[in-house]
Amino acid sequence: MNCTENGREPMIQVDGVSTWFGDFQALKHVTMDVAAGERVVVCGPSGSGKSTLIRCINGLERHQEGEIRVDGTLLAQSRKSIDSVRSKIGMVFQQFNLFPHLSVLGNLMLGPVRSKGMTRQDARAMAMRFLERVRIPEQADKFPRQLSGGQQQRVAIARSLCMEPKIMLFDEPTSALDPEMINEVLEVITELAESGMTMICVTHEMGFARRVADRMVFMDHGEIVEMAKPDKFFTKPESRRCIDFLDKILHH
Amino acid sequence: MNRPHRRITACVLAAAAMTLAGCSQQWGWYVVNPATPSGLTNLKFLIGGLQQTVLLSLTAISISVVAGLAIALPGLAPSRLLRGFNRVFVEVVRAVPILVLILWVYYGMPQIMNVSINVFWAGVIALALSDSAFEAEIFRAGIQSIDKGQYEAAHSVSLNYRDTMWFVILPQAIRRILPALGNQLVYMLKMSSLVSVIGMQELTRKANELVVTEYRPLEIYTVLVLEYLVLILLVSAGVRWLERRLQADQGS
Repeated sequence: MNCTENGREPMIQVDGVSTWFGDFQALKHVTMDVAAGERVVVCGPSGSGKSTLIRCINGLERHQEGEIRVDGTLLAQSRKSIDSVRSKIGMVFQQFNLFPHLSVLGNLMLGPVRSKGMTRQDARAMAMRFLERVRIPEQADKFPRQLSGGQQQRVAIARSLCMEPKIMLFDEPTSALDPEMINEVLEVITELAESGMTMICVTHEMGFARRVADRMVFMDHGEIVEMAKPDKFFTKPESRRCIDFLDKILHH
Repeated sequence: MNRPHRRITACVLAAAAMTLAGCSQQWGWYVVNPATPSGLTNLKFLIGGLQQTVLLSLTAISISVVAGLAIALPGLAPSRLLRGFNRVFVEVVRAVPILVLILWVYYGMPQIMNVSINVFWAGVIALALSDSAFEAEIFRAGIQSIDKGQYEAAHSVSLNYRDTMWFVILPQAIRRILPALGNQLVYMLKMSSLVSVIGMQELTRKANELVVTEYRPLEIYTVLVLEYLVLILLVSAGVRWLERRLQADQGS
């Protein structure tokens, strides 16, 4: 909320957003700004609306009330505004959602070639660059099912980066991984964070959050309950619900 | 195997052997014996229908696969009107027996359209129309079986609807429905025999005509059975080969 002190327009503005799934209200009047280059980590119990929030930001779910602006563009119902917003945002999913019938390179090149009109040659060069960045260039010609979960998620991150987004959204990127593969994915995300990418990451990895986040957001029952800098968030949380939650996930 | 079972099996085998041996009658294989000039002519006459059967079936299935997809897509649309069109088409066309459709197209349609239609195209239209309803249901099931995450990943790399379908959803759906599509091709080859009733010179019609002149239905129809059997075994092998090819494409 107080991230605009540098006077610049925030990269993401979420203003009074509510959304319902049938009778269930998944988001209740959520308001939050994210500045350019800011790293926000969102946590909270399951069903608290944290995934719904980031899915609303790139138009995967519709919000029924309130306004969302991304890099100055209002996210409306029109095809054009949704297209404009999603072209600025990369999204990484819990289940990777790689295209199983395409090779790693095919996964990375499809978006740039089809939606940006890039030549195959340029797209391939860019794909290889990002594969090197996520440290698996040698897997370029393999298919997703031949890779480990950690490798698949790194391919998914590279696929998003190939669209050259201004913002990256991570929806529990390590929740579907075996424990020994969590770190290789978190390292890649940490490097990305250090490069100045604006990002919102939904995760339960609190060690990672403490290292990377500029700001912590705690959600429960569709509301933002607590929003603070990490040192304050982890040492002196204010709300009862946040204290209980941190208690549960930090001491198990 | 216990005793009564063995006795029943023996009886069945004996009955089959007696039938094939012609029981009291003599088999008249001379009618299609390639070693004699008239037998060879008859055999060539029978096999002469092969081209028409194959051409008719392949033309009809090509049209019905494309039409089936075009009818399946509205069935998956959010619009109730489009879904209604899909339902009505599938239910009505599926309810008409193929033979009835062939008669209606060949004898009935020229009266309203005021053009005569040749037997080949009447057959193609009737078979394709009838099959398209089944293809539509197969495509709908295949497309619906693809995980929602694939659409979301396509959305996140900015693919439009057409590209999402063409490059992400259909390639996966077609792999899954390939056995069912193979089934439809086999079914089509068999149903093409019905077009013999309007005088199309395909396998069954040729056999019928030869039976009238030679009066050896047993031998001639046995050859006919074998013709269909060989044709369909070849198609089955082809479909299985294609399945293996496409599986190998995914690196497994």
